[in-house]
Amino acid sequence: MSALTVHNLRKSFGAVEVLKGIDLEARNGEFVALVGPSGCGKSTLLAMIAGLESVTSGEIRIGERLVNSVAPKDRDIAMVFQSYALYPTMTVRENMLFGMESRKVPRPEQEATLARVAALLQIEALLKRKPGQLSGGQRQRVAMGRALVRDPKLFLFDEPLSNLDAKLRVDMRTEIKKLHHRVGKTTVYVTHDQVEAMTLASRIAVMHQGSVQQFDEPQRIYDHPANMFVAGFMGSPAMNFIPAELTTEGGKPALTIKLADGETATLALFDNVASRATSKQVILGIRPEHLSRYDPEARAQKPGMVSLHAPVELVEPTGAETIAVMRLGDLEIVGRFDPDEAPSMGEEILLGVDMAHACLFDPATRQLI
Amino acid sequence: MADIALTRALDPEAAIAGRRYFRSRTIIYGLLTIFAIVYLLPLVVVILNSFRQLPEIAQNGLIAWPRSFSFKAWVDAWSTYCVGGTCAGMQGNFFNSLKLAIPATIISTAIGAINGYILSKWKFRGSEILFGCMMLGVFMPGQVALMPWAYILGTLHLTNSTYGLILIHCVQGISFTTLFCRNFYVNIPDDLIKAARIDGAGFWRIFRKIILPLSPPILIVTVIWQFTGIWNEFLYAVIFTSGREQPITAALVALSTNGTNVRVYDVMSAAVLIGALPPLLVYLLGGKYFVRGLTQGAIK
Repeated sequence: MSALTVHNLRKSFGAVEVLKGIDLEARNGEFVALVGPSGCGKSTLLAMIAGLESVTSGEIRIGERLVNSVAPKDRDIAMVFQSYALYPTMTVRENMLFGMESRKVPRPEQEATLARVAALLQIEALLKRKPGQLSGGQRQRVAMGRALVRDPKLFLFDEPLSNLDAKLRVDMRTEIKKLHHRVGKTTVYVTHDQVEAMTLASRIAVMHQGSVQQFDEPQRIYDHPANMFVAGFMGSPAMNFIPAELTTEGGKPALTIKLADGETATLALFDNVASRATSKQVILGIRPEHLSRYDPEARAQKPGMVSLHAPVELVEPTGAETIAVMRLGDLEIVGRFDPDEAPSMGEEILLGVDMAHACLFDPATRQLI
Repeated sequence: MADIALTRALDPEAAIAGRRYFRSRTIIYGLLTIFAIVYLLPLVVVILNSFRQLPEIAQNGLIAWPRSFSFKAWVDAWSTYCVGGTCAGMQGNFFNSLKLAIPATIISTAIGAINGYILSKWKFRGSEILFGCMMLGVFMPGQVALMPWAYILGTLHLTNSTYGLILIHCVQGISFTTLFCRNFYVNIPDDLIKAARIDGAGFWRIFRKIILPLSPPILIVTVIWQFTGIWNEFLYAVIFTSGREQPITAALVALSTNGTNVRVYDVMSAAVLIGALPPLLVYLLGGKYFVRGLTQGAIK
């Protein structure tokens, strides 16, 4: 059964259409992430699910109930805001009780719920403090606590971690994941951080310019991006896009790419994608981790491996891995290397390209072939 | 220890700069002191005269060091001085002013707070235009509305009554109170309201539990502004009330037109001070909020 169904949802502000027919669904207990660059409409979509923005057309159902014109308080949802939106004049305790008081929950039940949630989030010691006396991480916890006391059908998170520093963000991400496992509530989570989406979500909706580009499980989105936007947005460093031409080499399908000085390189294809392409011109998408130092021995295990010469222009060691920028004709391509076999600057590396993981895109429609 | 000289020979340039700094400071503070004296002198003269005896004022002139001391002028001004045939001093007019300024301040501030809350947090189609129109009231001189008010008060049978003046000041004051509160509330994050709506709170509960507890800085500013403005207002008071109904600002005029040619400078001084005390007290109590809050509300 679906906890949330969004069908052909549209939103216009005056003449500007910010959501163009969104279809989305969250199964019971599922963690759905809405991810996309700023201005893609993800926060508007969340606000519409919450009832804070009106619906121009389409349907939102929570459970089986159509909630298009139901007030936020009657939708059985709880929301965590990017700014946390803790009531500044109330103590943590009053913040967490506010919703239950509004709903006239009996006193003893309020106290029991408060105690349970405070223990769950380990914020018992903070209950008497005002939000101004809390650190960023503590505020984040209290904001989640305020949502958890509700026991709603649906949890909504609006970029809850983006105000935290990098280290705390990673810790809180883990906490949210643990919390979701323990509570098991259906959650819709908005973020612009694709790593957050990948790590947390059971399914990801990648949004761009008001429409969902792809809605699928994280690994499928990563391995089989529906189009060049998804391919480029998910993953860091981003996927390399290399214009190429479909040819044949020894009777087998292959790709020809341009190198410097009019030279070309031919890469064998290990998929029958060639038959699906509508034109000879394609765009080869290859992730940085599928580039490596060419190793003839490894080739035996990886049948998709082909080789290519490329001068190394820049090397960025990050400790765990080394990012190298290499030149390929007019393009720069980025590779991700094990520090032990990382190239050095100025080296002409013989690059192994793992064509088994390559994606091909149609340059006209930008869709995956 | 490193071999660094911690004392060194007197640097002549630094000494000159130091002297120059001292000289410029002296001039600045000297000038400021003179201005302050000039500004405060009338107040000092009035305070001194209120404690002098009338014959002595007549003998030595209005601006002179007191040679006598008495509270008589204060007692007279408060309770026994005769204006227009009744000999009850200014106390009736003083209480008129309180009966006028306190309700008008409370009502106009309350309406302003609610208006500001709606215009900042519950915007509707045309609310910005409505706010713009209300702001015209800030720039409208009071005398423009004299005729319409005369008509309205006449129709409502509220001429020569404190209630009429309360009505005028509530309506005239809403522009200011709305402006102050709205500009303050605009800076309260909208997410708070959204969170409260999801938490099940309605329009009034959000106002009482979230907006009002955040409001003291701006409410103090609004109250001071309204109270001093209404207390000191003269034009409407003098035009729409007469005799025993007059607030103190209007009644003070009567002191100078008492029919005889004797100028009762001692009583006039005391009466003026009685009339000036409440706004002064309000400002002394809330002045620091006033300066802070006014800039907060004014700059958007």
